[in-house]
Amino acid sequence: MQDKTHSSYKQLEQRSKYTNMFLRWFLYFVLIVFAFYFIFPLYVMVVTSLKTMEEIRQGTLLTWPSGLNFDSWAVAWGGRGYGAGDTFLKPYFWNSIKMVVPAVFFSTFIGAMTGYVLTKWRFKGDQWVFLFLLFGCFIPFQAILLPMARTLGVLGISNSVVGLVLVHTVYGIPFTTLFFRNYYVSVPTELVKAARIDGAGFFKIFFKILLPISAPIIVVTVIWQFTQIWNDFLFGSTFSFGEAAPIQVALNNMVLSSTSVKEYNVDMASAIIAGIPTLIVYVLAGKYFIRGLTSGAVKG
Amino acid sequence: MFKWLEKNLPKIVMAPAVGLIGWFVYGFVLWTLYISFTNSKILPKYELWGVGQYVKLWGSRKWLIAVDNLLIFTALFLIFCVVIGIILAIFLDQKIRAEGVLRTIYLYPMALSFIVTGTAWKWILNPTLGIQKMFIDWGFENFTFDWLVNREMAIYTIVIAGVWQSAGFVMALFLAGLRSVEDEIVKAAKIDGANLFTVYWKILLPMMRPVFFTSFVILVHISIKSYDLIVALTQGGPGISTTMPALYMTQTAFHKSQVGLSAASAMMMFMAIAAVIIPYLYSELRRENAR
Repeated sequence: MQDKTHSSYKQLEQRSKYTNMFLRWFLYFVLIVFAFYFIFPLYVMVVTSLKTMEEIRQGTLLTWPSGLNFDSWAVAWGGRGYGAGDTFLKPYFWNSIKMVVPAVFFSTFIGAMTGYVLTKWRFKGDQWVFLFLLFGCFIPFQAILLPMARTLGVLGISNSVVGLVLVHTVYGIPFTTLFFRNYYVSVPTELVKAARIDGAGFFKIFFKILLPISAPIIVVTVIWQFTQIWNDFLFGSTFSFGEAAPIQVALNNMVLSSTSVKEYNVDMASAIIAGIPTLIVYVLAGKYFIRGLTSGAVKG
Repeated sequence: MFKWLEKNLPKIVMAPAVGLIGWFVYGFVLWTLYISFTNSKILPKYELWGVGQYVKLWGSRKWLIAVDNLLIFTALFLIFCVVIGIILAIFLDQKIRAEGVLRTIYLYPMALSFIVTGTAWKWILNPTLGIQKMFIDWGFENFTFDWLVNREMAIYTIVIAGVWQSAGFVMALFLAGLRSVEDEIVKAAKIDGANLFTVYWKILLPMMRPVFFTSFVILVHISIKSYDLIVALTQGGPGISTTMPALYMTQTAFHKSQVGLSAASAMMMFMAIAAVIIPYLYSELRRENAR
């Protein structure tokens, strides 16, 4: 009797071992299939950019290129060298850099200061001020496009990089404030109180106590703002055209221009060039990127 | 004077943020609201005209198509993103080898702009040289895949690209949620004889209610604001078959110079988002206060 239960128990254990193994395989199978689905467009972009048009017409999306042929990258970046209608990304890439660097700096700085006040110099109604700012994360930008276009015109900075810096700084503030506020809220207020008793002032407390421990949240905020602003298309396409356009707008114009035969290899090389800065940041600092996405994550 | 400055320094430092947001967000939204009640064409006019623009808007075939597309897109986008996101999160939560690599792969589309990914998808989905040719060359000679240029189906190509871009994000939200659950709860349930499926279906997923809620809000928000992806993939075409509200608004404002009408469409988008966001903010704030 006892022996029997023992053996059936063993059988059961054996069986569950097989089901477990099967489940494991199934698990990995599904995960890898999805990995292929996610990697597929990137793979197609890279191999297409390395092919000649002849190869593209003969092969399929997945065909491996015959060699490392960076010609279409050169065309995408620097053009073909003739005048009219020759659009290429180099000048617009610099436009984007000139736009991103100041906009990220200003919005991060303002957000840090505001977050500091909202958590360490609390006053009556500060919750409402926070809510007031937070709502800015959610507004559909269509609701401010028309007055913004007119304002930029009145200020004389429409169709310029300066105008885009202003726009991105302003509409970045709700996010940067949210990040810093949520981070500083967990810093013990006792530290600040003690420093105040010692006679430290507003700025001294910020620079001596809070700033030295802010590295992680600064990284999160800078990455977030960099990605958002670099990838923006709505503001770029609405408030700039021609020479002042940022890279995403230029990429879209390049792909849509139907002056000659479609050159998919150049299109793909252009798309990679426009995507590579944020992709590098993501690969190098993915942890902080995800933290920005999930912790402060209220936005889309 | 100096005393006053010192006392009010925090408020002075905060003033730029409050002032800028007050002017550029609230002021501008109010301006758009006002303009939506006027008969503005190329230039804004300031005498009130009533609700004429809204009547015109809801009588416009293009707007109705845009709203229809938005509903189709939002429903499919939500379902697929959440289902794929949850499956990936649960599977990744099983002590998987190379989890970091897989997570990086699932989430990288979020780092790219919709213009970049739209360009890629447009090339993949194009009927002559893209995925259709791939299958034909593999021997499926009658395989057709022309959704991108098919009026009825083009909206679904936007769903494909949108889900691809955002599903990883939902995965990250759920994975973070699952990881924050105490191991003890799962262990206790297993001791009670619950199998893994029951643990997830009966215990863990119901605990993820706030994550569902957050994902819902973020995804609806993304879909109402969808603009870049459509521009890159279809430009609203073929014809006007893939127009969405955001595209309608910019086209009406900047190509057709119907400022009043576009302001009305912008306000409709604003209200749709407010209807989703205000309950969300309210509940978030209550949760924070309860802590």
